[in-house]
Amino acid sequence: MEPTELSMLELGKKLGSGELSSVEAVRACLSRVDRFDGQVKAFLMVDREGALAQAEAADRRRKDGRRAGPLDGVPVGLKDLFLTEGLPTTAGSAILEGFVAPYDGTVVKLLRAAGTPIVGKLNMDEFAMGSSTENSAFFPTRNPWNLETSPGGSSGGSAAAVAARMVFGALGTDTGGSIRQPAALSGIVGLKPTYGRVSRFGVVAFASSLDQVGPMTRDVPDCAALLQTIAVHDPCDSTSAPMKAPDYLAELEGGVRGMKLGLPREYFELPGMDPEVRASVEAATRALEKLGAELVPVSLPHTKYALATYYLVAPAEASSNLARYDGVRYGLRAEGAGNLLAMYGRTRDQGFGLEVKRRVMLGTYALSAGYYDAYYLKAQKVRTLIKQDFTDAFRTVDAVLAPTSPTPAFRIGEKVSDPLAMYLNDVFTLPCNLAGLPGLSVPCGFTKASLPIGLQVLGRPWDEARVLRIGRAFEREHDFHRRTPPLRAA
Amino acid sequence: MSVADFQPVIGLEVHAQLLTRSKIFCGCSTEFGAPPNAHTCAVCLGMPGVLPVLNETVVEFAVRVGRALGCRINPVSIWARKNYFYPDLPKGYQISQYDQPLCEHGALEIDTDDGPRRVRILRIHLEEDAGKNVHDAGGGESLVDLNRSGVPLVEIVSEPDIRSSSEAAEYLKALRDILVYLGVNDGNLEEGSFRCDANVSVMRKGASQYGQRVELKNINSFRFVQKAIDYEIGRQVELIESGGRVAQETRLFDAVRGETRSMRSKEEAHDYRYFPEPDLPPLRIPAGYVERIERELPELPRAKLHRFVGTYGLPAYDAKILVGDRALADLFEKVQAVYKGPAKKLSNWFLGELLRLMKEEAREVGALRFTPPQFASLLEMVDAGELSNNAAKDVFAEMFRTGRSPREVAQEKGLIQVQDTGAVEAAVDAVLAANPGEVEKYRAGKKQVLGFLVGQVMKAMKGKGNPALVNAALRAKLGD
Amino acid sequence: MSLTLEEVRHVAGLARLSLSSEEEALMRTQLSAILDAVAELSAVDTSAVEPTSHAAGEVAPWRADEVRPSFPPEKALGNAPSTVGTSFAVPRIIE
Repeated sequence: MEPTELSMLELGKKLGSGELSSVEAVRACLSRVDRFDGQVKAFLMVDREGALAQAEAADRRRKDGRRAGPLDGVPVGLKDLFLTEGLPTTAGSAILEGFVAPYDGTVVKLLRAAGTPIVGKLNMDEFAMGSSTENSAFFPTRNPWNLETSPGGSSGGSAAAVAARMVFGALGTDTGGSIRQPAALSGIVGLKPTYGRVSRFGVVAFASSLDQVGPMTRDVPDCAALLQTIAVHDPCDSTSAPMKAPDYLAELEGGVRGMKLGLPREYFELPGMDPEVRASVEAATRALEKLGAELVPVSLPHTKYALATYYLVAPAEASSNLARYDGVRYGLRAEGAGNLLAMYGRTRDQGFGLEVKRRVMLGTYALSAGYYDAYYLKAQKVRTLIKQDFTDAFRTVDAVLAPTSPTPAFRIGEKVSDPLAMYLNDVFTLPCNLAGLPGLSVPCGFTKASLPIGLQVLGRPWDEARVLRIGRAFEREHDFHRRTPPLRAA
Repeated sequence: MSVADFQPVIGLEVHAQLLTRSKIFCGCSTEFGAPPNAHTCAVCLGMPGVLPVLNETVVEFAVRVGRALGCRINPVSIWARKNYFYPDLPKGYQISQYDQPLCEHGALEIDTDDGPRRVRILRIHLEEDAGKNVHDAGGGESLVDLNRSGVPLVEIVSEPDIRSSSEAAEYLKALRDILVYLGVNDGNLEEGSFRCDANVSVMRKGASQYGQRVELKNINSFRFVQKAIDYEIGRQVELIESGGRVAQETRLFDAVRGETRSMRSKEEAHDYRYFPEPDLPPLRIPAGYVERIERELPELPRAKLHRFVGTYGLPAYDAKILVGDRALADLFEKVQAVYKGPAKKLSNWFLGELLRLMKEEAREVGALRFTPPQFASLLEMVDAGELSNNAAKDVFAEMFRTGRSPREVAQEKGLIQVQDTGAVEAAVDAVLAANPGEVEKYRAGKKQVLGFLVGQVMKAMKGKGNPALVNAALRAKLGD
Repeated sequence: MSLTLEEVRHVAGLARLSLSSEEEALMRTQLSAILDAVAELSAVDTSAVEPTSHAAGEVAPWRADEVRPSFPPEKALGNAPSTVGTSFAVPRIIE
């Protein structure tokens, strides 16, 4: 059996007993990278030397009897917007090509302390803006289940790398669905924690009030273990919650008996949802019912405004967060500009891709004099109503079930020139970010064309433990998460 | 042109750096004078992925300023992003406050030639300073130093209650003195830790509406404040009188030419697209916090000034100088508390010998070597006639340098005057006996020979005679 | 279309983006479509609603006023496109 068939926790156990070494595990990952990444193109940068050195250190720790924890020595990948000191960090953008991070972000420090070797940096939509990884300045990543299709985005590289077993687990970020949607399209597990659960310090910012870091793994226990490692209060992030995280593995197998699970009719009534997705997700909800949960119809009446709300709030914050990319202190500087204004304009025009420019323009407009009230402020008010919908629903149910994505993986090139069509990929995931809630996607089926389908579980603020437990209850009765993509070595 | 037909209307905006050790949102040092970019980190360089965390002492200092100026401290205030592009602004936005600032609605009382005037303070808010852009003389480049990026600032905005350039200067001096007294700012205009912009307009006397206001920037000394404002008032009046209209614009003061010039590039920069800063929760002031700060506020300059005039009976001139340096004023009071003589006498010594020596030796109050009782003692020796004024100055200089007691120094230098009336009389008798001619001249009406005789007695007593006693004894013996 | 070319140019100026004329035209079309789509928000009654300005809770953490080590020059300037000494160098603004 290839080491890469093991889950993170299973590998962790074998590393602990000495049955396998971390170096062997990293080599197994690198071997798959060599065999498959030419086709999948998940990686922007592979740090062979660094990962092996970190693995050797993990093996030494084990020999000395001072393992750092259950994941010590388990190789992971990082979406390329986590600043990793000494390594390039591009956020998928030409404007940061060549930028070498001068510091480690907090989450990266936590992973280093936990002993997980970092295999490399993973591809993404530029500045996390996109749902297909086609907006990467470098190249699109391909879905290991069907290389003609997209793995989703913006954490497409992370999803593909985990699905293709090139890493045991990965971290992504989710602003409007960028962990959950690629997880669903790539057949893996992905969690967006409650806003404030995980530090954002050292994560290239897209939309400050929406961004969250989360784990992407092949099963729910791994997801819980990886979340445990990063769910730590950070004094360097003023939006980081001061509370200590509970033990996410402790109640994981507790099941769903007695839980009330809401089915929001606005989600299930969406026109344009792929019928196979609908069928698969509905079957999943009935499976949970068989396991002892009560399904309760709920209404989240402001759902239809979530897309518009998101596409005003997120670009507005992004337009401000991306102002620092001006060619002055780091990153790309356009050549031959004779004066400052020309330098700014050309640098940003050359350095940013079309989608980023579009959102920066939209956000700038939404904040500009005369439009702030009608656009940005209005959207922030509707956001409150969307939050309130969930608060109301959670009075009668413990969690909400929904599809993650309205469609399975789509062909690369199919939607990229129609922004509005691309934005519709996120209709089910956006509200959760606007409300700051935890959201999980677990594999719940496949289409006839063998493309993965994901079930989404949304929970109350800080209730990751329950959300994971619901996902696990479903997962252990099925084996969707154990299927492997049909990749053939080049 | 008649400026007298017009009423100037002036509002002032002051940006004052706060004397915290570290910056407002990161731990870099705020110390002035380091090589370019020596005091920078990922946060104040605006690198990808960084986030701000508020320095607690910044809040304390700002609340001190707010209460010293009689402002209401808002229990909740909001951070905002002010978005614009400039090389000295690393994030492309400044974290500031817009709606809901920390402090509102206070006032500063100043003394003008026409009596006291109350200038209302509209608001005080917190923000981060930008770095420095220096135009390289040689190449066609600008050099950017971000040491100053992230230094904490309070912005103090007055209402347009000021009516002349001299009032403006008074306001700024008074404000600067308060900030220095509070220990939150070093009052240094030249180094840029206290910066002032003025909003100036004119209206015809008796008119009901304010005229168009113009913003003046780059005023970096008190002298320039008056010059810049006077020039601008004159410019606006002339413009209006010749049928023109004052444009809304920002102008720079050119100190070399003594005039204000329009800043062309600023027109479209004014859409700052303010929105609440998502990376910082609202600033919440805990219960009891403001009360504690208020209890710890020192006596402010103006109150101290009035007290020095009232309680010590000092002339305003003296009091102003003493109060100008809080430590100096404190020292004065410590000495006066043990000194049995009149405050004016002590004040003369402070304004004279003490300040002179402090300047010569470049020493501040905190580094003085002598104690208040020693100073009091010295003056008492003069009052008792044990030391002449000149001798006392000598003794003081030694005391200043070494911190030794005045009596010890005076004795060592043999400066203590003879008080013994018997000795004085004996000397007087001897001199009168030796100078019969002078005695006759004096008795004949030439009183000026007294001076000669006094000199002779002092010579005989080797300068140690108490002049007052010598004088009195001579006159008595001469039959006066 | 909701946006005029003038408005597109104005916004591009505010955002410091030197768009080509093709980009300007594309932006005009696409941004107008997006703005039309988000206009539906005006139908929502938000008269009694506060905006969600802050996603995090009641946390208001302050840090102690202590000096921490700054970056050494290699880190502060290591990614700079152009430096003179330890300063960042940029083209001059045309006054």
